[in-house]
Amino acid sequence: MTAMCDVAFLLLSFFILATKTKPPEVLTVETPSSVSTRIVPEKDVILISIDPTGRVFFSLADNNQKEKLAIIDAVDKARNLGLTDAQKKAFGKSNSFIGVPFSQLGSFLNTPADDLKNIKMEGIPVTDSTNNQLIDWMLAAKSAFEGKKMELLVKGDNNSKYPAFQGIIAAFKKNDLMKFSMVTNPEGVPAGSELARENQTKRLAK
Amino acid sequence: MAEMDTSSGGGHKKGPGVKKSKKLSTRVDLTPMVDLGFLLITFFIFTTTMSQPTAMHLGLPKDTDKPEEQNKVKESGVLTLLLGKGDVVYYYEGQLAPDASNLKTTGFKDVRDVILTKKKSTNPSDFVVVIKPDKESRYKNVVDILDEMLINDVKRYATVDISDVEFMVVQKTQEAAGIK
Repeated sequence: MTAMCDVAFLLLSFFILATKTKPPEVLTVETPSSVSTRIVPEKDVILISIDPTGRVFFSLADNNQKEKLAIIDAVDKARNLGLTDAQKKAFGKSNSFIGVPFSQLGSFLNTPADDLKNIKMEGIPVTDSTNNQLIDWMLAAKSAFEGKKMELLVKGDNNSKYPAFQGIIAAFKKNDLMKFSMVTNPEGVPAGSELARENQTKRLAK
Repeated sequence: MAEMDTSSGGGHKKGPGVKKSKKLSTRVDLTPMVDLGFLLITFFIFTTTMSQPTAMHLGLPKDTDKPEEQNKVKESGVLTLLLGKGDVVYYYEGQLAPDASNLKTTGFKDVRDVILTKKKSTNPSDFVVVIKPDKESRYKNVVDILDEMLINDVKRYATVDISDVEFMVVQKTQEAAGIK
C-alpha cells in the first residue's frame, strides 16, 4: 500500500510540474506538423489565426498593453472609425481577439466580455485584394512595435483553404514584413533524408 | 488493510487495579488518499500537452518590377509544383507545354522522390522549386510542401500565385481523374 501510494504521488507531482496551464482558446485550430524545431516565441507576438472555414483573426498577448492601445488608436485614425475612449479601453482589456471587419468593430468592442463567446465573428476580410483589412491592422501593429522585435506568427488550421493564407501574406508584403513564422506541431525528420543527414553531421561535429 | 483497533480489551486479564492501557493503532487508512491521488493523476495526464508547438520560419521575397532585381532562373532547372484539391500535387519541369503533356500527377508521399530526382539531375546553382498552390488547396498542403523543401535541403524555392492557364489545366486534369 505504502509503495503504491508513493508511486501515485510521485506521478502526481510529475504531472503537476509538467503541466502548463494554458488559457482557454477562443478558437480551436489544428495546426499542421513540420520538422522545424524552433520553439514558438512568446514575447511581443502578433498572432494571425485562420480557422477551418477560412476566417482570419488578429490577436496579441495581454502583456503588450501599450502596443494594444497604440494599435487601436492607429486603426481608428486610419479608418476614421470614431471609436470612443471606452471602446479603445475595451480593446486593451479584452484578450483582443479581433475577427470582425472594421464596420463591426465598434459594436464588437461595446459587447461586454462575458457575451463575446456568443458572438459570431465573421473574420477579418483578407481574400479580396481591394478590401484586405489586415493591411491596416499590420500597419498599425508595425508602428506600435517600432524599435522592438515583433514576432509575427501565423497559426492556420489544416483544413483552411489557401486564399486566406494568400491574403495574409499579401498583407505582410504590403507592409514590408518579410519574415514570419508558422505555428506547427513538431514532427520527426524522415530517416535517410538530406535533413536527417545534415542533423547527424551537426551532432557528430559537437 | 489498515483497521482500527476497537476491541476494548477483553483479551488476557490484567491484574486487579491495573489500568487497561488503551493501545491505539498507528496505521491510518490510506485508501481514500490513494484514490484521490490517482484521480488527480488521471486529470493531469489528460490535460497535459507534452509537445510544445514549434515555429516554422518563412521569408518572403520582395515584389519588384525592376528587371535587375529580379531573380533569373534557368528554365531547365525549374521544377514547378501545383497543389490541387484533395491533396494531389501536379508538377512539371521547365515550362508547361501548351498541350500540358508534361504535367504529371503525384501525391504528398511521393513528391519527395520527384524533388530528389530533379535535384540530382540538375546543376545545384540552377535548381529552383516553384510552389503554386491553387484556390482549392489546403493550408496543410502548403506547410507540408514547405516542410518538404526543408527536408530535402532545397536552397531556392518560392511560392507563386497560380496562373489562369495552369489553373485551367489543373481543373481539367482533376475532372479527368474524377476528383471533385
